[in-house]
Amino acid sequence: MSSTATTIRLRIQSSLGYTDLVENLTNNLTHLAGCNSDLVYSFEMAVREVVVNAMQHGNQLDPNKYVSMQYRFDSENFEVQVRDEGEGFDVERLPDPLDPENLLKSSGRGIFLVRSFMDNFSVTHIPDEGTEVRFAKRITSS
Amino acid sequence: MTTRKVDNVNIIDLSGRITIGEGTVILRDAVRNLVKNQEKHILLNLADISYIDSSGLGELVRCFSTVSKDGGKLKLLSLTKKIRDLLSITKLLTVFDVYDDEAKAIKSF
Repeated sequence: MSSTATTIRLRIQSSLGYTDLVENLTNNLTHLAGCNSDLVYSFEMAVREVVVNAMQHGNQLDPNKYVSMQYRFDSENFEVQVRDEGEGFDVERLPDPLDPENLLKSSGRGIFLVRSFMDNFSVTHIPDEGTEVRFAKRITSS
Repeated sequence: MTTRKVDNVNIIDLSGRITIGEGTVILRDAVRNLVKNQEKHILLNLADISYIDSSGLGELVRCFSTVSKDGGKLKLLSLTKKIRDLLSITKLLTVFDVYDDEAKAIKSF
């Protein structure tokens, strides 16, 4: 990411009512960054899934806990960081939603979808602070 | 959302978004009501669904299971490319019967 990259940070209370707001902001920023429509959709989907996961599973929908986000983009890359105040999860130990015994489960597809759509997906647990999910993709112009 | 009956098939015409919260609850309630009324054949028309998230996918699966457990069938009609791609990535195309033509879908029950 170049030194001329744009950085935007926000901090949101853990309420699912704010997910549409985050989604709209994400759409505005990806358009601003020059992403094509497929990339706009990919980030819309990924941010929504990760933020819902952070609020619901990370922060247990506790209104006293917050989700911190950072968008960072330049002409070549768009990157998002989402940090909650939870205990974290081991992404490699999540049940495989494609396993035949999990196909009819009504949950467990969110992180799988994000990993399918994004590059450089990572999850880092920061002791006493929370869990940070980071993902990015190279920008494809419209 | 509207529900209509053609022959012996209940068609639920959905519109907008199926996402965590209200979007999934509306779908769940509609399918449960049909199952409660002993309706066995349900076709979800997704032509006007603009967006579906993982919770929405989960709700489709939950509805499928609810109907199947009661001896019925739930099928999907008119997927947009984005929704078809999501169902493909998650292998849910192997779970659902999917149709592009309403008449053919109705005949299949």
